[in-house]
Amino acid sequence: MGLRTFIQGWPVYRQLTGTDPLGRGAAAQSARSAELTARTETADSMARSVCPYCAVGCGQKVYVSDGRVTQIEGDPDSPISRGRLCPKGSASKSLVTSPLRQTTVRYRRPYATEWEDLDLDTALDMIADRVLAAREETWEDVDDEGRPLNRTLGISSLGGATLDNEENYLIKKLFTAMGALQIENQARI
Amino acid sequence: MAEAHPVGFQWVMEAKKRGAKVFHVDPRFTRTSALADTYLPIRAGTDIALLGGVVRYILENELDFREYVLAYTNAASIVSERFVDTEDLDGLFSGYQPETASYDQTSWQYEGQERNGGEDTAKERDSAAGLRHESHGMPVPGQPPQDETLQHPRCVYQILKRHFSRYTPEMVERVCGVPKEKFLELARAWTENSGRERTGALVYSVGWTQHSVGVQYIRTGAIIQTLLGNIGRPGGGILALRGHASIQGSTDIPTLFNLLPGYLPMPHHADHVTFDDWVDSISQPGKKGFWGNSRAFAASLLKAYWGDAATPENDFCYGYMPRMTGDHGTYQQVLNMIDGKIKGYFLLGQNPAVGSAHGRAQRLGMANLDWLVVRDLFMIESATFWKNGPEVETGEIVPQECRTEVFFLPAASHVEKEGTFTQTQRLLQWREKALDPPGDARSELWFFYHLGRRLREKLAGSTHPRDRALLDLAWDYPTHGPLVEPSAEAVLREINGYDTVTNRPLAGFTEARDDGSTAIGCWIYSGVYADDVNQAARRRSRHEQDWVAAEWGWAWPANRRTLYNRASADPQGRPWSERKKYVWWDPEAGEWTGYDVPDFEKTKPPTYRPPDGASGPEAIAGDDPFIMQSDGKAWLYVPSGVLDGPMPTHYEPAESPLRNPMYGQQANPTRKVYPHPVNRINPSPPEAHSGVFPYVFTVSRLTEHHTAGGMSRNVRPLAELQPEMFVEVSPELAAEVGLSHLGWAHMVSGRAVIEAKVLVTDRLTPLRVDGRIIHQLWLPYHFGSEGLVTGDSANDLFGITLDPNVLIQESKVGTCDVRPGRRPTGPALLDMVADYQRRAGLTVEHRTPLATTDAAGERGEDA
Ligand code: SF4
Repeated sequence: MGLRTFIQGWPVYRQLTGTDPLGRGAAAQSARSAELTARTETADSMARSVCPYCAVGCGQKVYVSDGRVTQIEGDPDSPISRGRLCPKGSASKSLVTSPLRQTTVRYRRPYATEWEDLDLDTALDMIADRVLAAREETWEDVDDEGRPLNRTLGISSLGGATLDNEENYLIKKLFTAMGALQIENQARI
Repeated sequence: MAEAHPVGFQWVMEAKKRGAKVFHVDPRFTRTSALADTYLPIRAGTDIALLGGVVRYILENELDFREYVLAYTNAASIVSERFVDTEDLDGLFSGYQPETASYDQTSWQYEGQERNGGEDTAKERDSAAGLRHESHGMPVPGQPPQDETLQHPRCVYQILKRHFSRYTPEMVERVCGVPKEKFLELARAWTENSGRERTGALVYSVGWTQHSVGVQYIRTGAIIQTLLGNIGRPGGGILALRGHASIQGSTDIPTLFNLLPGYLPMPHHADHVTFDDWVDSISQPGKKGFWGNSRAFAASLLKAYWGDAATPENDFCYGYMPRMTGDHGTYQQVLNMIDGKIKGYFLLGQNPAVGSAHGRAQRLGMANLDWLVVRDLFMIESATFWKNGPEVETGEIVPQECRTEVFFLPAASHVEKEGTFTQTQRLLQWREKALDPPGDARSELWFFYHLGRRLREKLAGSTHPRDRALLDLAWDYPTHGPLVEPSAEAVLREINGYDTVTNRPLAGFTEARDDGSTAIGCWIYSGVYADDVNQAARRRSRHEQDWVAAEWGWAWPANRRTLYNRASADPQGRPWSERKKYVWWDPEAGEWTGYDVPDFEKTKPPTYRPPDGASGPEAIAGDDPFIMQSDGKAWLYVPSGVLDGPMPTHYEPAESPLRNPMYGQQANPTRKVYPHPVNRINPSPPEAHSGVFPYVFTVSRLTEHHTAGGMSRNVRPLAELQPEMFVEVSPELAAEVGLSHLGWAHMVSGRAVIEAKVLVTDRLTPLRVDGRIIHQLWLPYHFGSEGLVTGDSANDLFGITLDPNVLIQESKVGTCDVRPGRRPTGPALLDMVADYQRRAGLTVEHRTPLATTDAAGERGEDA
């Protein structure tokens, strides 16, 4: 490498003579970083998504490679967020890839001191049985004056504000048909 | 806003760059205060006094936008002569009934309409009936007498003026602790930046709703914005910053006990025995406004629920609907759990052990169930209360004696499923799925679809009448993939609605019919699947469209971005000014046009006047912009529908160290209280012993954490950024109590004692209020016993007292004591709480008095 090349390769030289006077773009690039490609460029797929935390609704782009989320970043096209994410939105990749996420069903028997494993299909079946039993035990057909009640007050539910509209729709529809009135979510809190 | 909704705050900064003045009102100096032009510290729980001061300032100086007020509000309407104001009843309105702690609203009505107010408001309180008004006001019969000169002593304008006459700058200072000069600076800036040429916006975070007078806080804001002509116009409005990705969606398509999709009420056993009872109570035949079509919305919902089984002949299976008998809200449920009345509980992405008021009651309730299903991404406190909760430490919950069977089912994250969130401005945005969920993790869509399928299989062949509703349910959604995931698009299409004969998706709710030919899952969302296209998935770049960005996602109703935007034009349909042009009448084309979808019938001219005897939408005149109100007007005064008064009034919080400086009536006389041994409410004047809990505390969010912490305390970067529970105190309070920076303190209320590290900071300042110094403490409420970072839960300190309109708890202000050092542990902790209860007179029999003025005995309307 000649002296001239060496000097011209200097970031500060490039910053002062090139098109990047603030040194935040090309001037700051090293030979190594020039050779790097962004994860977002090599991703297998990208999904357009929305931040799962607060209700501002910032746009996200979710990049996936080899069946793993490799990057989540702000969507510059969004008229709401213009590509920005706050600390929570920026931590979304850590949220969905957190090693603390539970990925198996856990079951605690009455009076037990520890969790056990349980198969998902069995869990669903046990829950269905318990719903039907609770309904059976606490069902109210009519009030004192014979007017319809069609309900159970033996079942409660809380949650929905972090879920999708389609999910809330099915929850409300199913619980209403079950006669389970007592469903609530964060909007009450 | 900069702390909890940072990316939304960029627009405040944009406005500031263009010359807007930014005021920030908060008990604590935050990053928002740092970027505002002026910061006003306030005593928590006194916002009505501050905003009431602004109302008075506007009215006394006649600074209202008079043309807007005359044309678009009920300012000129004349109120019944039987109405008596808080000015004359020491803080109560006429019609107060001490036996039920509720109002008979007869005397609040407009002149000549006194028979309209006869609803049982105690019943409305139990069913949180106020929530129905998220999309519309109460019906009023016909046009009340008017005085367009606004001089009649009983016109709304004059009543308002008199009601707020005592909210002087001096009174604001005395109640709120806001210096008079700062208050006047706010009032001046607000009024100077409103009118034809300018608009001002009011932004609140939903901590505002977490007060025993929460609805009236927002009402006071609405009165100001209406008087100043800031509703339905660009740059104006009242903007609620909601805290969860789809909390607006879960209100519109409610997982709430008292509502059905699109704010249709859940039937009440006594009032809605038949389909006609139910529908007529919504549409109020003969009355004005868009709710006249609600029979079609109601029939279409039942048709979406019960499909082929629902016919006009069987009232669309209305007979299957469960009925309310009273208060079935989450706090009533928790107390019922403690009392052993509830068998099973589903928690769906929610962590009440940390996030709800009175954490101990929440955990004791969960420990007394037959079974609990927790669906979450992480092992949250509400799943492990039997093992790691604070009550295990005190011996109140013994794992070997706790019978609750717990199922923890892992949930899919937002990138592992597709569907829509509705963000805080009613905008639906579709999320594409990036990948499959790991292991056993599944979406709620999967869980509930398959649970429903299984319940129906198990009940097949049942002859019980009660099982018909499940067996006849329209529940055949297409599924796909190895996980047999139901199609979210198919569900969204049902929400949008379709023609039951041709299966064509509807273009909007105006196509709804009451004859069974349409099925609509949520009428206000109708149009989100118009033209068989998922409109919520639209992502036209902001660079390729105008600033309204109508092609990004889809907003309800009908993709309108600003509600009531007809008000952006004058009564003749012309923009109020060139600067604030938004939607206007085009006389050549004979239609409304503009940047947004007009919130008005497209071809109804400004000159349209309803024929005599008109009802429904036909009865709305061409210059009535507030089309979901039955008279087309914005209501400065609310004759019915708000249970604690037709106008907002300053009441002290349910727990306050101060006697109300404004009236003999101390706190909201209609607030919902729950006398229960577990729910001891700290005494406030005029009761004795309020000095046992001399300090005011408030809670809110940190930028780096999210509500109950499940989605942040388990996430490394966020946990690292805010690793510890702490309490902020002023240097003065630290000196008074003997707290040292980075040392420990513990806070005690009538429910709990919690500890936190101390942050001594002048972000909090002692306030001079009514001649006394009031100290306030601030705590984040994100911590609990699970996750990467742990700490005591601030919400444990709160008791349960609710706003009467919507049954939301007061969890932004309470009283406590604070002491240096760590809290006791084990049974000694219970002893400490018991000692405070004893000193404060909080026995099991203790009842907080609701009416604290002798005027409660007078009926008012006879006075
Ligand atoms: S990135 Fe931050 S501001 Fe935007 S939606 Fe997420 S939590 Fe809210």
